[in-house]
Amino acid sequence: MKYFILITLLLTKFNNAIAQDETSVFRTSGKIYVVVGIIAIIFILIVAYLIRLDKKISQLENKNNS
Amino acid sequence: MNLIPNKWYKIVAILLVLYVLVYGLLIDLPTDVGILDETIRNLFYHVPMWFGMMLILLAAWVNSILYLTNPTQKRDVYAAELTNVGLLMGFCGVFTGMFWAYNTWGTPWTNDPKLNGVAAGMAMYGGYWLLQKSVDDNMKRARLAAVYNVFVFPLFIALIYVMPKLSQFSIHPGSGESVNFKSYNQTNNMELVFYPAVIAWTLLFVWIAELKSRYQLLKIKKENEILYSDHITTDKI
Repeated sequence: MKYFILITLLLTKFNNAIAQDETSVFRTSGKIYVVVGIIAIIFILIVAYLIRLDKKISQLENKNNS
Repeated sequence: MNLIPNKWYKIVAILLVLYVLVYGLLIDLPTDVGILDETIRNLFYHVPMWFGMMLILLAAWVNSILYLTNPTQKRDVYAAELTNVGLLMGFCGVFTGMFWAYNTWGTPWTNDPKLNGVAAGMAMYGGYWLLQKSVDDNMKRARLAAVYNVFVFPLFIALIYVMPKLSQFSIHPGSGESVNFKSYNQTNNMELVFYPAVIAWTLLFVWIAELKSRYQLLKIKKENEILYSDHITTDKI
């Protein structure tokens, strides 16, 4: 919890610092695609984990029903 | 066994969330959003949490009613797990909202009808959670929880949706005089991401609720088997 608050505060300060010219920098620099890519990778990995969990539960169900 | 007996909704959920994550960050925005600026993109992440929460809690409510008309183990587990996941979405909504508010209004919490309504509503669902944990007799617990849920959902919607709409002073969009897509100048394409976002996040959390329910049903089945086998051995003795 302590770390969570610390991280949130840090993120908030960082966010305030870059907020001024975000609009102009946001896409012109091109670097936003890196962020989008990283978010996509994280989401795909979470989904892969969910799919594996789904399969494992299905296996258990099949074993229990037979 | 499945909450929705179809695996296609999971594929739809994955693809739609991916679409929302990518295009939510890349589309052009209307230019007159004021202090919101680029944070208007939170419309695709913060707002669907609430819409999804309401839809999932509605599904839990329906399951509770179905449990009362025809008490089956399945309906009870579905209602409980859907409520849990609905509350998870609610907490995602609260924390993202606080973060957004801190950067926009300068404070994480304002005494706004929408925010206070949500706080009271979540506390009521805290009561539901406590009820689930505090009754030992399984049949009694299931019936009490179902009855409580049938009452609490309409009150929850009244608190988080109806009351803020009726209120006159609110700084939160979507209450009082409502902000909508038409209030921005540009013929914008935010709707193209927003509506898929609501469907996408809802389906993703329904998937998680489904996994949790299946796990719970397996666990109950296993426990019953153990009880039953104990019964047989004591009979033999």
